[in-house]
Amino acid sequence: MANQIPIVDYLVLDDGDPHLEANECTKCGALFWDRRNACGRCANREFTKKRLGTTGVVRSFAIVHQAAPGVPVPYVSSVVDLDGGGDVKANVVNIEPDPQHVTLGMKVQLTTFVAGTDDEGTEAVVFGFEPV
Amino acid sequence: MGESVWVLGASMTKISRYPEKDVVDLAAEATFNALDDAGVSIFDIQVLAAGSMFNMGGIGQAVAKQVGQTGIPIYNVVNACATGATAVRTALVEIQAGNADFGLAIGAEQMGKMGLLAGNAARDGANKFEPAGRFGGVMPVDGWLGSGTMPAVFGQAGMEYAYENDGVGFEQFAKVAQKNHEHSALNPLAQYNKVFTLEEIMDARVISYPNTLPMCCPTGDGAAAIVLVSESKLRTLSLEQQKRAVKVSASVLTSDPWSDGGESQPDVNTLTRNAADKAYELAGVGPEDLDLVELHDCFATAELIHYDNLRLCEPGGAGEFIDKKAPWRDGTMPVNVSGGLLSKGHPIGMTGAAGVFEITTQLRGEAGDRQIEGAKVGMAHVIGLGSSCGIHILEKAAL
Repeated sequence: MANQIPIVDYLVLDDGDPHLEANECTKCGALFWDRRNACGRCANREFTKKRLGTTGVVRSFAIVHQAAPGVPVPYVSSVVDLDGGGDVKANVVNIEPDPQHVTLGMKVQLTTFVAGTDDEGTEAVVFGFEPV
Repeated sequence: MGESVWVLGASMTKISRYPEKDVVDLAAEATFNALDDAGVSIFDIQVLAAGSMFNMGGIGQAVAKQVGQTGIPIYNVVNACATGATAVRTALVEIQAGNADFGLAIGAEQMGKMGLLAGNAARDGANKFEPAGRFGGVMPVDGWLGSGTMPAVFGQAGMEYAYENDGVGFEQFAKVAQKNHEHSALNPLAQYNKVFTLEEIMDARVISYPNTLPMCCPTGDGAAAIVLVSESKLRTLSLEQQKRAVKVSASVLTSDPWSDGGESQPDVNTLTRNAADKAYELAGVGPEDLDLVELHDCFATAELIHYDNLRLCEPGGAGEFIDKKAPWRDGTMPVNVSGGLLSKGHPIGMTGAAGVFEITTQLRGEAGDRQIEGAKVGMAHVIGLGSSCGIHILEKAAL
């Protein structure tokens, strides 16, 4: 099997048990996907890693028909409220990209797939959410 | 709170594409017309604040070199789509503080045909995947992890509102665009003057559902300039100048506070609500006192949610608000009678100042075919992602 690397560091591949991991403020519990100097909510400077749920509901979406050159369209951009807390921006995948199939509040689960391969054969793994 | 500040002169170029001019030409044209409108000269101006999003690097000084270099303090400001409003507020605050009697604010932009803003091109031929940046990314993520393009981001903002509130969907969003395009037919300064049926809008090419092409603002070129004056100086000016002056009852700028969900989707609501509440408090008026509103309809979905954010409708009632045609020019709360960003146009750095121009012109009763008769109080709202919200409430008040 090819070497794999997550497309972003908050996707943890864990040998077949992929999940998302946020930076959690140790004081107020606010969650962040990126590296933070301090918490935007309470200004505390310490964080811990928090493993988040892999299922959730689609809170919002847009079906993108026009994107920058080379980005395949149409695709479904969405915000998913994760079961157990937290929310994340991701594509809804494995679904017809039209408003008859994609609906607000639909239940989804995390899935992963390969987005590209570099010159050394390492695969970049991306996550999306598919209908449950 | 310092001294009251009034708009003494206001001007905007027609929004269009001006390949034969540069952004300084546009800013200079707006400045000359605003100075003439105010009845003052560049030598009266004691502070200049100028803003442009894509033509940065000292646009204030570049304009001064073309309209009169007088050595006054110049502020160059950038706040995304709130840049023009930030310029207005910067000049205003200097007058409030007692540092100047006359101030000039300029918002200018030359975009040409920039197309989609934000988002990134796909990258092929990657040499080696190595995590970089605050997300530890190995490749551009737009298209893989949702979209950062503006039609999608604001589409999602609208769909979130639709998820939380009944009676809101594609048709309500489309009705917003139908209204603003129809309004723009009356505005000679608008980039487009074309009227569409609701069906034409709903059947148009999808950019990012629920936003079709006529539900997205165009790119364009233009500049607006506002001359501000302290109340005490205004009292010394001619009766004609006093008669046409419009009082700035509130000038507010907010940024986005942390909010739950704001990490995944820019929260354009909280900072707008905060700015509106503060503006109403400062002006001593409520939404029911407004005769017209120019709000930030970068996309049809954005206008709909701002009905609620600006308290123009009942909480959760933005769908019903557009269904009953309240924000049409002959409705109970006219919104974007200029045609809005959707059809008047949205040269990014210009927009905030253009909104102040539109409200000023309406309150003076000089808006021609698009005049809202008897307008006394109006609001100009803009929001720039990142985020910044600027609100000005203007009043046709007695001096």
